[in-house]
Amino acid sequence: MEYLHTENVTFSYPADEGELAVPVLDGVSLDIQKGDFVALLGHNGSGKSTLAKHFNALLLPSGGTVYVDAIDTRDEKRIFEIRRQVGLVQQNPDNQLVASIVEEDVAFGPENIGVPSAEIRQRVDNALKAVDMYEYREHAPHKLSGGQKQRIAIAGIIAMEPNCIVLDEPTAMLDPRGRQEVLETIWKLNREKGITIVLITHYMEEAAMANRVVVMDHGKVLLDGTPRQVFSQVDLLKKHRLDVPQATELMDLLRKEGCPFPEDVLTVEECVDVLECLLKET
Amino acid sequence: MSVLEVKNVSYIYGPKTPFRKVAVDDVSFSIEEGECVGLIGHTGSGKSTLIQQLNGLLRPTSGTVLLHGKDIWEQPKKIRSVRFQVGMVFQYPEYQLFEETVFKDIAFGPKNQKLSEPEIGERVMAAADFVGMDRNLLEKSPFELSGGEKRRAAIAGVIAMDPDVLILDEPTAGLDPMGRDMILGQIMEYHKKRRNTIVLVSHSMEDIAETADRILVMNQGKVAMFDQPAQVFAQGQELQAMGLQVPQVTRIMTMLREKGYPVPSGVFTLRQAVEALLPLLQKKGEGASHG
Repeated sequence: MEYLHTENVTFSYPADEGELAVPVLDGVSLDIQKGDFVALLGHNGSGKSTLAKHFNALLLPSGGTVYVDAIDTRDEKRIFEIRRQVGLVQQNPDNQLVASIVEEDVAFGPENIGVPSAEIRQRVDNALKAVDMYEYREHAPHKLSGGQKQRIAIAGIIAMEPNCIVLDEPTAMLDPRGRQEVLETIWKLNREKGITIVLITHYMEEAAMANRVVVMDHGKVLLDGTPRQVFSQVDLLKKHRLDVPQATELMDLLRKEGCPFPEDVLTVEECVDVLECLLKET
Repeated sequence: MSVLEVKNVSYIYGPKTPFRKVAVDDVSFSIEEGECVGLIGHTGSGKSTLIQQLNGLLRPTSGTVLLHGKDIWEQPKKIRSVRFQVGMVFQYPEYQLFEETVFKDIAFGPKNQKLSEPEIGERVMAAADFVGMDRNLLEKSPFELSGGEKRRAAIAGVIAMDPDVLILDEPTAGLDPMGRDMILGQIMEYHKKRRNTIVLVSHSMEDIAETADRILVMNQGKVAMFDQPAQVFAQGQELQAMGLQVPQVTRIMTMLREKGYPVPSGVFTLRQAVEALLPLLQKKGEGASHG
Protein backbone atom coordinates (compact mmCIF):
# COMPACT_ATOMS: atom_id res chain seq x y z
CA MET A 1 0.00 0.00 0.00
CA GLU A 2 1.37 3.46 -0.78
CA TYR A 3 1.87 5.57 2.28
CA LEU A 4 2.61 8.89 0.60
CA HIS A 5 0.75 9.51 -2.61
CA THR A 6 0.86 12.64 -4.76
CA GLU A 7 -1.31 13.14 -7.80
CA ASN A 8 -0.24 15.68 -10.38
CA VAL A 9 0.79 18.18 -7.70
CA THR A 10 1.57 21.74 -8.69
CA PHE A 11 2.72 24.51 -6.41
CA SER A 12 3.73 28.16 -6.81
CA TYR A 13 4.91 30.60 -4.18
CA PRO A 14 2.97 33.88 -4.27
CA ALA A 15 4.44 36.23 -6.87
CA ASP A 16 5.14 39.96 -6.58
CA GLU A 17 2.56 42.32 -7.98
CA GLY A 18 2.55 42.32 -11.76
CA GLU A 19 4.80 39.26 -11.99
CA LEU A 20 3.84 35.77 -13.01
CA ALA A 21 4.04 33.05 -10.39
CA VAL A 22 6.65 30.49 -11.41
CA PRO A 23 5.58 26.95 -10.57
CA VAL A 24 8.05 25.25 -8.20
CA LEU A 25 6.26 21.93 -8.53
CA ASP A 26 4.95 21.16 -11.96
CA GLY A 27 2.86 18.00 -12.02
CA VAL A 28 4.48 15.64 -9.52
CA SER A 29 2.94 12.19 -9.22
CA LEU A 30 4.75 9.94 -6.80
CA ASP A 31 3.99 6.93 -4.63
CA ILE A 32 6.07 6.05 -1.63
CA GLN A 33 5.44 2.72 0.06
CA LYS A 34 5.24 2.19 3.79
CA GLY A 35 8.67 1.29 5.21
CA ASP A 36 10.57 2.43 2.12
CA PHE A 37 13.79 4.46 2.19
CA VAL A 38 13.73 7.06 -0.56
CA ALA A 39 16.47 9.57 -1.36
CA LEU A 40 15.29 12.76 -3.02
CA LEU A 41 17.91 14.51 -5.18
CA GLY A 42 17.89 17.63 -7.28
CA HIS A 43 19.84 20.85 -7.70
CA ASN A 44 19.09 23.95 -5.61
CA GLY A 45 15.72 25.25 -6.78
CA SER A 46 14.56 21.94 -8.28
CA GLY A 47 11.58 21.80 -5.93
CA LYS A 48 12.65 18.97 -3.65
CA SER A 49 12.34 20.89 -0.36
CA THR A 50 8.99 22.28 -1.46
CA LEU A 51 7.81 18.76 -2.17
CA ALA A 52 9.07 17.59 1.23
CA LYS A 53 6.98 20.26 2.96
CA HIS A 54 3.90 18.85 1.24
CA PHE A 55 4.39 15.52 2.96
CA ASN A 56 3.37 16.89 6.35
CA ALA A 57 1.00 19.61 5.21
CA LEU A 58 3.37 22.49 5.95
CA LEU A 59 2.51 23.45 2.39
CA LEU A 60 -0.68 22.62 0.54
CA PRO A 61 -0.70 22.01 -3.20
CA SER A 62 -1.91 24.76 -5.56
CA GLY A 63 -3.22 22.00 -7.81
CA GLY A 64 -3.47 18.21 -7.56
CA THR A 65 -3.67 16.24 -4.33
CA VAL A 66 -1.33 14.90 -1.65
CA TYR A 67 -2.40 11.94 0.45
CA VAL A 68 -0.69 10.84 3.64
CA ASP A 69 -1.88 7.41 4.67
CA ALA A 70 -4.94 8.06 2.50
CA ILE A 71 -5.73 11.39 4.22
CA ASP A 72 -5.98 14.38 1.90
CA THR A 73 -3.57 17.00 3.32
CA ARG A 74 -6.13 19.73 2.57
CA ASP A 75 -8.45 18.24 5.19
CA GLU A 76 -7.94 20.88 7.90
CA LYS A 77 -9.59 18.80 10.58
CA ARG A 78 -6.99 16.08 10.21
CA ILE A 79 -3.89 18.23 9.85
CA PHE A 80 -2.55 17.35 13.32
CA GLU A 81 -3.04 13.69 12.61
CA ILE A 82 -0.85 14.11 9.53
CA ARG A 83 1.85 16.05 11.36
CA ARG A 84 1.95 13.44 14.09
CA GLN A 85 2.54 10.79 11.49
CA VAL A 86 5.12 12.58 9.37
CA GLY A 87 7.99 14.34 11.12
CA LEU A 88 10.27 16.83 9.40
CA VAL A 89 13.98 17.27 10.23
CA GLN A 90 15.66 20.35 8.79
CA GLN A 91 19.18 21.29 7.82
CA ASN A 92 20.26 23.44 10.74
CA PRO A 93 20.04 21.68 14.12
CA ASP A 94 20.30 25.01 15.96
CA ASN A 95 16.95 26.12 14.57
CA GLN A 96 15.15 23.02 15.81
CA LEU A 97 16.08 22.75 19.45
CA VAL A 98 13.83 24.58 21.89
CA ALA A 99 14.69 23.58 25.46
CA SER A 100 17.81 23.99 27.59
CA ILE A 101 18.01 20.33 28.58
CA VAL A 102 18.10 17.46 26.09
CA GLU A 103 15.26 15.40 27.56
CA GLU A 104 12.98 18.43 27.83
CA ASP A 105 13.62 19.17 24.21
CA VAL A 106 12.65 15.64 23.19
CA ALA A 107 9.53 15.85 25.42
CA PHE A 108 8.33 19.04 23.75
CA GLY A 109 6.44 17.30 20.93
CA PRO A 110 4.62 14.64 22.98
CA GLU A 111 3.71 17.27 25.61
CA ASN A 112 2.13 19.40 22.93
CA ILE A 113 -0.11 16.62 21.72
CA GLY A 114 -1.25 15.80 25.25
CA VAL A 115 0.48 12.51 25.90
CA PRO A 116 0.09 11.51 29.61
CA SER A 117 3.25 12.33 31.56
CA ALA A 118 4.17 8.77 32.55
CA GLU A 119 4.07 7.82 28.90
CA ILE A 120 6.10 10.89 27.93
CA ARG A 121 8.91 9.67 30.21
CA GLN A 122 8.82 6.32 28.46
CA ARG A 123 8.74 7.81 24.97
CA VAL A 124 11.59 10.23 25.67
CA ASP A 125 13.80 7.46 27.04
CA ASN A 126 13.06 5.20 24.11
CA ALA A 127 13.62 7.97 21.57
CA LEU A 128 16.97 8.93 23.10
CA LYS A 129 18.04 5.30 23.12
CA ALA A 130 17.02 4.92 19.48
CA VAL A 131 19.40 7.71 18.45
CA ASP A 132 22.07 6.57 20.89
CA MET A 133 21.96 9.76 22.98
CA TYR A 134 20.47 8.41 26.22
CA GLU A 135 23.55 9.23 28.31
CA TYR A 136 23.24 12.85 27.22
CA ARG A 137 19.65 13.23 28.44
CA GLU A 138 20.56 15.78 31.12
CA HIS A 139 23.03 17.76 29.00
CA ALA A 140 22.48 21.20 27.47
CA PRO A 141 21.76 20.84 23.73
CA HIS A 142 23.82 23.90 22.74
CA LYS A 143 26.98 22.29 24.09
CA LEU A 144 26.67 19.19 21.89
CA SER A 145 28.34 18.65 18.52
CA GLY A 146 26.39 19.18 15.29
CA GLY A 147 25.83 15.44 14.78
CA GLN A 148 24.61 15.04 18.34
CA LYS A 149 22.25 18.01 18.03
CA GLN A 150 20.81 16.62 14.84
CA ARG A 151 20.23 13.26 16.54
CA ILE A 152 18.39 15.09 19.37
CA ALA A 153 16.19 16.76 16.73
CA ILE A 154 15.47 13.30 15.30
CA ALA A 155 14.72 11.96 18.81
CA GLY A 156 12.19 14.77 19.27
CA ILE A 157 10.40 13.47 16.22
CA ILE A 158 10.65 9.80 17.19
CA ALA A 159 9.01 10.66 20.51
CA MET A 160 5.92 11.58 18.49
CA GLU A 161 5.91 7.97 17.23
CA PRO A 162 5.70 8.89 13.55
CA ASN A 163 5.29 6.48 10.67
CA CYS A 164 7.48 8.56 8.44
CA ILE A 165 10.41 10.96 8.81
CA VAL A 166 11.29 13.46 6.10
CA LEU A 167 14.83 14.82 6.42
CA ASP A 168 15.82 17.92 4.46
CA GLU A 169 19.62 17.88 4.10
CA PRO A 170 20.15 16.78 7.70
CA THR A 171 23.92 16.39 7.25
CA ALA A 172 24.76 19.53 5.25
CA MET A 173 26.31 21.29 8.24
CA LEU A 174 28.04 18.30 9.83
CA ASP A 175 31.60 16.99 9.78
CA PRO A 176 32.29 13.48 8.41
CA ARG A 177 31.83 11.79 11.78
CA GLY A 178 28.60 13.69 12.49
CA ARG A 179 27.30 12.69 9.05
CA GLN A 180 28.10 9.08 9.75
CA GLU A 181 26.27 9.18 13.12
CA VAL A 182 23.14 10.69 11.63
CA LEU A 183 23.08 8.33 8.64
CA GLU A 184 23.49 5.26 10.83
CA THR A 185 20.61 6.48 12.99
CA ILE A 186 18.34 6.98 9.98
CA TRP A 187 19.27 3.58 8.59
CA LYS A 188 18.53 1.88 11.91
CA LEU A 189 15.14 3.57 12.30
CA ASN A 190 14.20 2.37 8.84
CA ARG A 191 15.44 -1.21 9.35
CA GLU A 192 14.43 -1.82 12.94
CA LYS A 193 11.31 0.30 13.41
CA GLY A 194 10.08 0.20 9.84
CA ILE A 195 9.81 3.99 9.70
CA THR A 196 9.38 5.32 6.17
CA ILE A 197 12.30 7.62 5.30
CA VAL A 198 12.47 10.42 2.76
CA LEU A 199 16.03 11.78 2.73
CA ILE A 200 16.89 14.92 0.80
CA THR A 201 20.61 15.23 0.22
CA HIS A 202 23.34 16.65 -2.00
CA TYR A 203 25.73 13.86 -1.03
CA MET A 204 25.53 11.13 -3.62
CA GLU A 205 27.17 8.59 -1.29
CA GLU A 206 24.23 9.07 1.10
CA ALA A 207 21.66 8.62 -1.65
CA ALA A 208 23.41 5.40 -2.68
CA MET A 209 22.32 3.75 0.59
CA ALA A 210 18.58 4.27 -0.06
CA ASN A 211 16.28 1.66 -1.61
CA ARG A 212 15.09 4.13 -4.16
CA VAL A 213 16.34 7.41 -5.61
CA VAL A 214 14.04 10.08 -7.03
CA VAL A 215 15.67 12.94 -8.95
CA MET A 216 13.76 16.20 -9.26
CA ASP A 217 14.38 18.82 -11.91
CA HIS A 218 12.39 21.98 -12.62
CA GLY A 219 9.55 20.83 -10.39
CA LYS A 220 9.19 17.48 -12.13
CA VAL A 221 10.40 13.97 -11.47
CA LEU A 222 13.34 13.41 -13.82
CA LEU A 223 14.50 9.95 -12.76
CA ASP A 224 13.08 7.36 -10.40
CA GLY A 225 14.61 3.98 -9.68
CA THR A 226 17.06 2.02 -7.57
CA PRO A 227 20.39 3.75 -6.82
CA ARG A 228 22.02 1.48 -9.41
CA GLN A 229 19.57 2.43 -12.14
CA VAL A 230 19.75 6.14 -11.38
CA PHE A 231 23.50 6.52 -10.88
CA SER A 232 24.31 4.57 -14.03
CA GLN A 233 23.11 7.68 -15.93
CA VAL A 234 26.24 9.68 -15.23
CA ASP A 235 25.98 12.09 -18.16
CA LEU A 236 22.29 12.84 -17.64
CA LEU A 237 22.82 13.57 -13.95
CA LYS A 238 25.78 15.85 -14.68
CA LYS A 239 23.70 17.72 -17.21
CA HIS A 240 21.20 18.44 -14.43
CA ARG A 241 23.78 19.87 -12.04
CA LEU A 242 24.09 16.66 -10.08
CA ASP A 243 26.85 14.23 -9.39
CA VAL A 244 27.43 10.53 -8.86
CA PRO A 245 29.48 8.83 -6.14
CA GLN A 246 33.22 9.06 -6.88
CA ALA A 247 33.44 5.28 -7.26
CA THR A 248 30.75 5.40 -9.98
CA GLU A 249 32.45 8.31 -11.69
CA LEU A 250 35.84 6.59 -11.70
CA MET A 251 34.25 3.59 -13.43
CA ASP A 252 32.59 5.90 -15.93
CA LEU A 253 35.83 7.74 -16.77
CA LEU A 254 37.71 4.46 -17.25
CA ARG A 255 34.86 3.06 -19.34
CA LYS A 256 35.13 6.08 -21.64
CA GLU A 257 38.80 5.14 -22.10
CA GLY A 258 37.69 1.73 -23.31
CA CYS A 259 37.73 -0.38 -20.15
CA PRO A 260 34.92 -2.96 -20.05
CA PHE A 261 33.34 -1.93 -16.73
CA PRO A 262 29.69 -2.23 -15.69
CA GLU A 263 27.61 0.96 -15.35
CA ASP A 264 26.07 0.23 -11.99
CA VAL A 265 28.99 0.32 -9.58
CA LEU A 266 28.03 2.27 -6.44
CA THR A 267 30.45 1.67 -3.59
CA VAL A 268 34.18 1.68 -2.94
CA GLU A 269 34.14 -2.08 -2.35
CA GLU A 270 32.35 -2.85 -5.62
CA CYS A 271 34.73 -0.59 -7.50
CA VAL A 272 37.75 -2.37 -6.01
CA ASP A 273 36.24 -5.75 -6.96
CA VAL A 274 35.72 -4.69 -10.56
CA LEU A 275 39.22 -3.25 -10.87
CA GLU A 276 40.69 -6.33 -9.24
CA CYS A 277 39.00 -8.63 -11.76
CA LEU A 278 40.68 -6.85 -14.65
CA LEU A 279 44.05 -6.36 -12.93
CA LYS A 280 44.18 -10.02 -11.93
CA GLU A 281 43.55 -11.21 -15.49
CA THR A 282 46.67 -12.50 -17.12
CA MET B 1 58.04 34.48 2.34
CA SER B 2 55.44 33.73 4.94
CA VAL B 3 52.42 35.98 4.95
CA LEU B 4 50.98 34.63 8.20
CA GLU B 5 52.97 33.21 11.04
CA VAL B 6 51.37 31.67 14.10
CA LYS B 7 53.74 31.29 17.05
CA ASN B 8 52.83 29.27 20.14
CA VAL B 9 49.24 30.43 20.03
CA SER B 10 46.80 29.16 22.67
CA TYR B 11 43.21 30.17 23.17
CA ILE B 12 41.25 29.40 26.30
CA TYR B 13 37.51 29.96 26.61
CA GLY B 14 36.27 30.92 30.09
CA PRO B 15 39.64 30.99 31.86
CA LYS B 16 39.29 31.04 35.65
CA THR B 17 35.78 29.55 35.43
CA PRO B 18 34.61 25.96 35.90
CA PHE B 19 33.93 25.88 32.14
CA ARG B 20 37.56 26.60 31.20
CA LYS B 21 38.27 25.04 27.83
CA VAL B 22 41.50 25.06 25.89
CA ALA B 23 40.31 25.38 22.29
CA VAL B 24 43.69 26.00 20.67
CA ASP B 25 46.71 24.52 22.41
CA ASP B 26 50.17 25.95 21.72
CA VAL B 27 49.94 25.97 17.94
CA SER B 28 52.72 27.11 15.61
CA PHE B 29 52.86 27.12 11.80
CA SER B 30 53.34 29.53 8.93
CA ILE B 31 51.52 30.07 5.66
CA GLU B 32 53.49 31.15 2.60
CA GLU B 33 52.47 33.97 0.32
CA GLY B 34 50.25 32.83 -2.58
CA GLU B 35 49.54 29.44 -1.07
CA CYS B 36 46.15 27.73 -0.88
CA VAL B 37 45.84 25.98 2.47
CA GLY B 38 43.02 23.55 3.19
CA LEU B 39 42.02 23.44 6.86
CA ILE B 40 40.26 20.32 8.10
CA GLY B 41 39.28 18.98 11.50
CA HIS B 42 36.11 17.66 13.10
CA THR B 43 33.61 19.91 14.89
CA GLY B 44 35.25 21.12 18.09
CA SER B 45 38.81 20.53 16.87
CA GLY B 46 39.57 24.22 17.25
CA LYS B 47 39.62 25.29 13.62
CA SER B 48 37.02 28.09 13.93
CA THR B 49 38.77 29.46 17.03
CA LEU B 50 42.04 29.31 15.11
CA ILE B 51 40.86 31.20 12.02
CA GLN B 52 39.22 33.90 14.11
CA GLN B 53 42.64 34.64 15.58
CA LEU B 54 44.17 35.01 12.12
CA ASN B 55 42.29 38.24 11.48
CA GLY B 56 42.09 39.53 15.02
CA LEU B 57 38.47 38.68 15.77
CA LEU B 58 39.80 36.79 18.76
CA ARG B 59 42.96 37.71 20.62
CA PRO B 60 45.15 34.74 21.57
CA THR B 61 45.31 33.99 25.29
CA SER B 62 49.04 33.56 24.69
CA GLY B 63 51.35 33.52 21.68
CA THR B 64 51.51 35.79 18.64
CA VAL B 65 50.06 36.02 15.15
CA LEU B 66 52.35 37.76 12.64
CA LEU B 67 51.01 39.25 9.42
CA HIS B 68 53.80 40.14 6.97
CA GLY B 69 56.18 39.68 9.90
CA LYS B 70 54.36 42.08 12.23
CA ASP B 71 52.46 41.19 15.39
CA ILE B 72 48.82 41.98 14.58
CA TRP B 73 48.16 43.00 18.21
CA GLU B 74 51.12 45.38 18.37
CA GLN B 75 48.68 48.30 18.24
CA PRO B 76 45.30 46.95 19.34
CA LYS B 77 43.57 50.11 18.16
CA LYS B 78 44.60 49.40 14.59
CA ILE B 79 43.26 45.85 14.54
CA ARG B 80 40.61 46.93 12.03
CA SER B 81 43.24 47.36 9.33
CA VAL B 82 44.23 43.72 9.87
CA ARG B 83 40.67 42.70 9.10
CA PHE B 84 40.90 44.48 5.74
CA GLN B 85 44.07 42.57 4.91
CA VAL B 86 42.81 39.20 6.13
CA GLY B 87 39.28 38.84 4.78
CA MET B 88 36.93 36.31 6.32
CA VAL B 89 33.93 34.68 4.65
CA PHE B 90 31.89 33.02 7.37
CA GLN B 91 29.74 29.92 7.12
CA TYR B 92 26.40 30.60 5.44
CA PRO B 93 27.49 34.19 4.66
CA GLU B 94 24.22 34.85 2.83
CA TYR B 95 22.56 35.40 6.22
CA GLN B 96 24.75 38.45 6.66
CA LEU B 97 23.55 40.40 3.64
CA PHE B 98 21.74 43.47 4.85
CA GLU B 99 21.91 46.41 2.42
CA GLU B 100 19.17 47.67 0.11
CA THR B 101 20.99 46.58 -3.02
CA VAL B 102 23.58 43.99 -3.88
CA PHE B 103 25.89 46.79 -5.03
CA LYS B 104 25.70 48.54 -1.65
CA ASP B 105 26.25 45.29 0.15
CA ILE B 106 29.42 44.49 -1.79
CA ALA B 107 30.54 48.13 -1.39
CA PHE B 108 30.25 48.04 2.41
CA GLY B 109 33.81 46.81 3.00
CA PRO B 110 35.60 49.16 0.56
CA LYS B 111 33.52 52.06 1.94
CA ASN B 112 34.80 51.27 5.44
CA GLN B 113 38.29 51.27 3.99
CA LYS B 114 37.59 54.92 3.11
CA LEU B 115 38.15 54.48 -0.62
CA SER B 116 36.92 57.10 -3.09
CA GLU B 117 33.57 56.60 -4.86
CA PRO B 118 35.12 55.66 -8.24
CA GLU B 119 37.50 53.24 -6.55
CA ILE B 120 34.61 51.64 -4.68
CA GLY B 121 32.73 51.25 -7.97
CA GLU B 122 35.70 49.54 -9.58
CA ARG B 123 36.20 47.22 -6.63
CA VAL B 124 32.54 46.20 -6.64
CA MET B 125 32.55 45.47 -10.37
CA ALA B 126 35.79 43.50 -10.19
CA ALA B 127 34.54 41.50 -7.20
CA ALA B 128 31.22 40.78 -8.92
CA ASP B 129 33.11 39.54 -11.98
CA PHE B 130 35.40 37.36 -9.88
CA VAL B 131 32.49 35.47 -8.33
CA GLY B 132 30.70 35.18 -11.67
CA MET B 133 27.80 37.41 -10.71
CA ASP B 134 25.62 38.91 -13.41
CA ARG B 135 26.01 42.71 -13.27
CA ASN B 136 22.27 43.11 -13.80
CA LEU B 137 21.77 41.73 -10.31
CA LEU B 138 23.73 44.54 -8.66
CA GLU B 139 20.76 46.88 -8.41
CA LYS B 140 18.44 44.24 -6.99
CA SER B 141 17.76 43.69 -3.32
CA PRO B 142 19.95 40.89 -1.97
CA PHE B 143 16.78 39.21 -0.74
CA GLU B 144 15.53 38.72 -4.30
CA LEU B 145 18.52 36.54 -5.17
CA SER B 146 18.57 32.75 -5.17
CA GLY B 147 20.60 30.92 -2.52
CA GLY B 148 23.64 30.42 -4.75
CA GLU B 149 23.57 34.05 -5.93
CA LYS B 150 23.34 35.30 -2.34
CA ARG B 151 26.34 33.19 -1.40
CA ARG B 152 28.28 34.72 -4.31
CA ALA B 153 27.27 38.26 -3.35
CA ALA B 154 28.49 37.65 0.19
CA ILE B 155 31.85 36.30 -1.01
CA ALA B 156 32.16 39.27 -3.40
CA GLY B 157 31.70 41.60 -0.42
CA VAL B 158 34.88 40.26 1.16
CA ILE B 159 36.83 40.03 -2.12
CA ALA B 160 35.97 43.71 -2.75
CA MET B 161 38.24 44.66 0.17
CA ASP B 162 41.06 43.11 -1.87
CA PRO B 163 42.51 41.19 1.08
CA ASP B 164 46.00 39.66 0.96
CA VAL B 165 44.66 36.60 2.71
CA LEU B 166 41.17 35.27 2.10
CA ILE B 167 39.74 32.84 4.65
CA LEU B 168 36.61 30.92 3.67
CA ASP B 169 34.72 28.83 6.24
CA GLU B 170 32.78 26.07 4.45
CA PRO B 171 31.98 28.15 1.34
CA THR B 172 30.16 25.28 -0.38
CA ALA B 173 27.99 23.94 2.47
CA GLY B 174 24.40 23.36 1.36
CA LEU B 175 25.06 23.93 -2.36
CA ASP B 176 24.23 21.36 -5.01
CA PRO B 177 27.17 19.63 -6.72
CA MET B 178 27.32 22.02 -9.66
CA GLY B 179 26.95 25.08 -7.44
CA ARG B 180 29.75 23.64 -5.35
CA ASP B 181 32.04 23.20 -8.37
CA MET B 182 31.21 26.68 -9.67
CA ILE B 183 31.97 28.51 -6.42
CA LEU B 184 35.16 26.54 -5.87
CA GLY B 185 36.18 27.10 -9.50
CA GLN B 186 35.65 30.84 -9.17
CA ILE B 187 37.58 31.03 -5.91
CA MET B 188 40.48 29.19 -7.53
CA GLU B 189 40.32 31.38 -10.62
CA TYR B 190 40.46 34.45 -8.38
CA HIS B 191 43.33 32.87 -6.46
CA LYS B 192 45.27 32.30 -9.69
CA LYS B 193 44.73 35.83 -10.99
CA ARG B 194 45.28 37.70 -7.75
CA ARG B 195 47.99 35.32 -6.47
CA ASN B 196 46.77 35.98 -2.97
CA THR B 197 46.72 33.52 -0.10
CA ILE B 198 43.67 31.37 0.56
CA VAL B 199 42.69 29.43 3.64
CA LEU B 200 39.79 27.10 2.86
CA VAL B 201 37.97 25.40 5.72
CA SER B 202 35.89 22.43 4.59
CA HIS B 203 34.37 19.14 5.67
CA SER B 204 34.49 17.95 2.08
CA MET B 205 37.72 16.04 1.55
CA GLU B 206 36.98 15.96 -2.17
CA ASP B 207 36.88 19.78 -2.31
CA ILE B 208 40.09 20.07 -0.31
CA ALA B 209 41.79 17.48 -2.53
CA GLU B 210 40.92 19.48 -5.66
CA THR B 211 42.16 22.84 -4.39
CA ALA B 212 44.75 22.80 -1.61
CA ASP B 213 48.54 23.10 -2.00
CA ARG B 214 48.91 22.03 1.61
CA ILE B 215 46.47 20.68 4.16
CA LEU B 216 46.45 21.66 7.81
CA VAL B 217 44.72 19.11 10.04
CA MET B 218 43.52 20.26 13.46
CA ASN B 219 42.76 17.76 16.21
CA GLN B 220 42.02 18.48 19.86
CA GLY B 221 43.31 22.03 19.59
CA LYS B 222 46.64 21.04 18.06
CA VAL B 223 48.06 20.85 14.53
CA ALA B 224 48.03 17.12 13.81
CA MET B 225 49.44 17.39 10.27
CA PHE B 226 50.48 20.16 7.88
CA ASP B 227 51.68 18.78 4.58
CA GLN B 228 50.91 18.28 0.90
CA PRO B 229 47.63 16.48 0.09
CA ALA B 230 49.40 13.31 -1.08
CA GLN B 231 51.19 12.99 2.27
CA VAL B 232 48.13 13.84 4.36
CA PHE B 233 45.70 11.56 2.52
CA ALA B 234 48.23 8.72 2.69
CA GLN B 235 47.43 8.58 6.41
CA GLY B 236 43.88 7.36 6.09
CA GLN B 237 43.76 5.50 9.38
CA GLU B 238 45.09 8.42 11.40
CA LEU B 239 42.55 10.74 9.75
CA GLN B 240 39.72 8.33 10.45
CA ALA B 241 40.73 8.17 14.11
CA MET B 242 40.31 11.96 14.17
CA GLY B 243 36.78 11.71 12.76
CA LEU B 244 37.92 12.66 9.26
CA GLN B 245 38.05 10.82 6.00
CA VAL B 246 40.02 10.55 2.79
CA PRO B 247 38.32 11.01 -0.61
CA GLN B 248 36.55 7.88 -1.94
CA VAL B 249 39.04 7.56 -4.78
CA THR B 250 41.93 7.49 -2.30
CA ARG B 251 40.18 4.70 -0.41
CA ILE B 252 39.81 2.72 -3.65
CA MET B 253 43.51 3.08 -4.47
CA THR B 254 44.59 2.22 -0.92
CA MET B 255 42.50 -0.95 -0.94
CA LEU B 256 44.04 -2.02 -4.25
CA ARG B 257 47.54 -1.40 -2.90
CA GLU B 258 46.79 -3.39 0.23
CA LYS B 259 45.74 -6.28 -1.99
CA GLY B 260 49.18 -6.15 -3.56
CA TYR B 261 48.50 -4.34 -6.86
CA PRO B 262 51.24 -1.94 -7.99
CA VAL B 263 49.15 1.25 -7.90
CA PRO B 264 50.91 4.42 -6.76
CA SER B 265 50.23 6.04 -3.38
CA GLY B 266 49.27 9.69 -3.01
CA VAL B 267 46.31 9.60 -5.39
CA PHE B 268 43.51 11.88 -4.23
CA THR B 269 41.65 13.17 -7.30
CA LEU B 270 39.71 11.33 -10.00
CA ARG B 271 42.04 12.61 -12.69
CA GLN B 272 45.08 11.19 -10.90
CA ALA B 273 43.33 7.86 -10.39
CA VAL B 274 42.50 7.53 -14.08
CA GLU B 275 46.08 8.41 -15.03
CA ALA B 276 47.44 5.86 -12.57
CA LEU B 277 45.05 3.06 -13.44
CA LEU B 278 44.85 3.33 -17.23
CA PRO B 279 48.41 2.14 -18.03
CA LEU B 280 47.97 -0.84 -15.70
CA LEU B 281 44.58 -1.77 -17.12
CA GLN B 282 45.67 -1.28 -20.73
CA LYS B 283 48.75 -3.42 -20.21
CA LYS B 284 46.54 -6.19 -18.90
CA GLY B 285 44.11 -5.69 -21.77
CA GLU B 286 46.91 -6.00 -24.35
CA GLY B 287 48.36 -9.01 -22.58
CA ALA B 288 45.00 -10.73 -22.80
CA SER B 289 44.43 -9.92 -26.48
CA HIS B 290 47.85 -11.22 -27.47
CA GLY B 291 47.10 -14.48 -25.82
